Amino acid sequence: MSVVLGPPRLVDVTPGGEEMRRRGRRRALVRGAIVAVCLLYLTVVLLGPLVGIFLSAFREGLPKIGETLTSPDVRHAFFLTFEIAIVTLLVTTTFGAVTAWVLVRHRFVGRRILNALVELPLAMSPVTVGLACVLLFGRGGWFEPWFTARGIQVIFALPSMILVTIFICIPFVIRSVAPVLEELGTEEEDAARTLGASTLQTLFRVILPNIRWGLFYGIALTTARSIGEIGAVLIVSGMLKGQTETATIYVLTAFEERMDAEGYIVALTLAAISIVMLLVIEISKRRKIKEVMG
Amino acid sequence: MRMNAAIRVQNLTKKFGSFVAVDDISFDAAEGKITALLGPSGSGKSTVLRMIAGLETPTNGRIWIEDDETTFKSVQERRVGFVFQHYALFRHMTVAQNVAFGLAVRKQSKADQAGRVDELLDLVQLSPFADRFPDQLSGGQRQRVALARALAPRPQVLLLDEPFGALDARVRQDLRHWLDGLHRELGVTSLFVTHDQDEALELAHEVVVMHEGRIEQMGSPTQIYNEPQTAFVAGFIGSPNVLQGRVAAGHVLVGAHRLPGADHMEEGAAARAFVRPHDVRLAEPDPEAAAAVEARVDRVSTLGWLSRVMLRLDDGQTIVAEIPSDELIDLTEGTTVAVDLRRAKAFEAEPVGAPAE
Repeated sequence: MSVVLGPPRLVDVTPGGEEMRRRGRRRALVRGAIVAVCLLYLTVVLLGPLVGIFLSAFREGLPKIGETLTSPDVRHAFFLTFEIAIVTLLVTTTFGAVTAWVLVRHRFVGRRILNALVELPLAMSPVTVGLACVLLFGRGGWFEPWFTARGIQVIFALPSMILVTIFICIPFVIRSVAPVLEELGTEEEDAARTLGASTLQTLFRVILPNIRWGLFYGIALTTARSIGEIGAVLIVSGMLKGQTETATIYVLTAFEERMDAEGYIVALTLAAISIVMLLVIEISKRRKIKEVMG
Repeated sequence: MRMNAAIRVQNLTKKFGSFVAVDDISFDAAEGKITALLGPSGSGKSTVLRMIAGLETPTNGRIWIEDDETTFKSVQERRVGFVFQHYALFRHMTVAQNVAFGLAVRKQSKADQAGRVDELLDLVQLSPFADRFPDQLSGGQRQRVALARALAPRPQVLLLDEPFGALDARVRQDLRHWLDGLHRELGVTSLFVTHDQDEALELAHEVVVMHEGRIEQMGSPTQIYNEPQTAFVAGFIGSPNVLQGRVAAGHVLVGAHRLPGADHMEEGAAARAFVRPHDVRLAEPDPEAAAAVEARVDRVSTLGWLSRVMLRLDDGQTIVAEIPSDELIDLTEGTTVAVDLRRAKAFEAEPVGAPAE
């Protein structure tokens, strides 16, 4: 043994040593703390309101829920909400799929600009969208004379409510179909054509089955958003009771008129629909990922 | 028009913007034979195939399939079978549905479809896999499904785009032999694109060598191999050594070597000589021999039955010789041997500024 005058001897660093165990414990503690903070955050922010609405809706008992959901105003509000959602879905799905196709498969001047423009509704406040619609179709608006001359009421009526919802929902189908289409490539389409398939046969037998989960994901996002939309719709609707009152607007006015129970019950119904949509979105997202991965 | 041309291409040109992918090419693919379009990547061979199928529109030129001009016909009307490098199977359909696709879109009866699918799956030896999906098959199996699918609607011609390109070496070899057998059985006119000279020489009856959008040479595999007509073909086929030299009295001078076959070239011009490694003959140095030209052995590596000898000529250029290991004379590194390069082929030197091969 010789005496070595080196750097001071370090603490025990052999595997399984006391220091290792101490560090391991500390790491586990930190990890546990982070998980706890996340859980607390999600519980307070996400689950809290949901539980609150749930309890409030049931406060006056089941009969009140039945009564509220069958009242003509509420039924009309939901009817209107679904009407808007269905038309929005039909339009944004059809045009969205075609637009995604054009953006992915074709190279043309302005493609990049169009590609960026598609996301505009995501960045824009719905209130702005509503106001723009009022400016175009409201009294003195650019398109107002044309529609008035033909006796079509756009603003403060269903057409404008559908129009703003469509605008807001434009990106969803495009953005969920485009990557799947990109990944699919053109070889299968080429193969179908060499085998004698017409354009429509290629679309229905080869392309659509391949992008179906991406499309479904976009449809689910669109549905959730169009049912939940209030800002833009509120502005163009004029809030005419029993006429242009959607489910979300109903909740808003219910509180203003001190009909808290009705407000909570409709809000809970909307929340229930959202949860179902969330499940659908989650499932289709997984399938979509599988689709993209091939 | 000659009657035995199943595919005829005349003055075909394709430009992508200012880039000329295919530059005024004409050739015939004979009825019932296998023709190969051989060339390095970017030579335009796949574009030619895609134009014949109708998947690309020619900028210029005309195409006939079975004496029927198809230049302006749609893909669907051409009735070609097309096999893609990456199989392009419909991933959401079973093997049987894939094979039936071309029949289903032509509205054939279910019974007819089923019969034809059985027949073809039998032919490609995949009957037990009828209900599997493409991602449950190996690469070789997928390509056989793709082939069955292409053949199902009884195409007039079969077009194959790098059909073995995505497979590993062993499977590629197997599938090549298998395809050869299949062609003997069916006799369908086939045109395939490949960058692999072994594939082209082994499988094809006729080879069309392409380079930078043009045809360099057409002929039987033997002609292409033994009588290269351009420097490109000489340099591309058989992985030869390339030696730089000058023309002197109908010969190419490479150091002290005088290689014959330069009669067509100008005296004093720069020239290249191509000699394949197995055409290089080695012997013990013989001071008596008049034309004794010597080289120094740099390195010898033995690959089983074959040995590879790296040689340095007197002017510093290096060449590789391949000789059967049992014919190996005493060749330790640093010794001197007599080299016979008489089988070299002489061509003009590359134009200045041309990209290296």
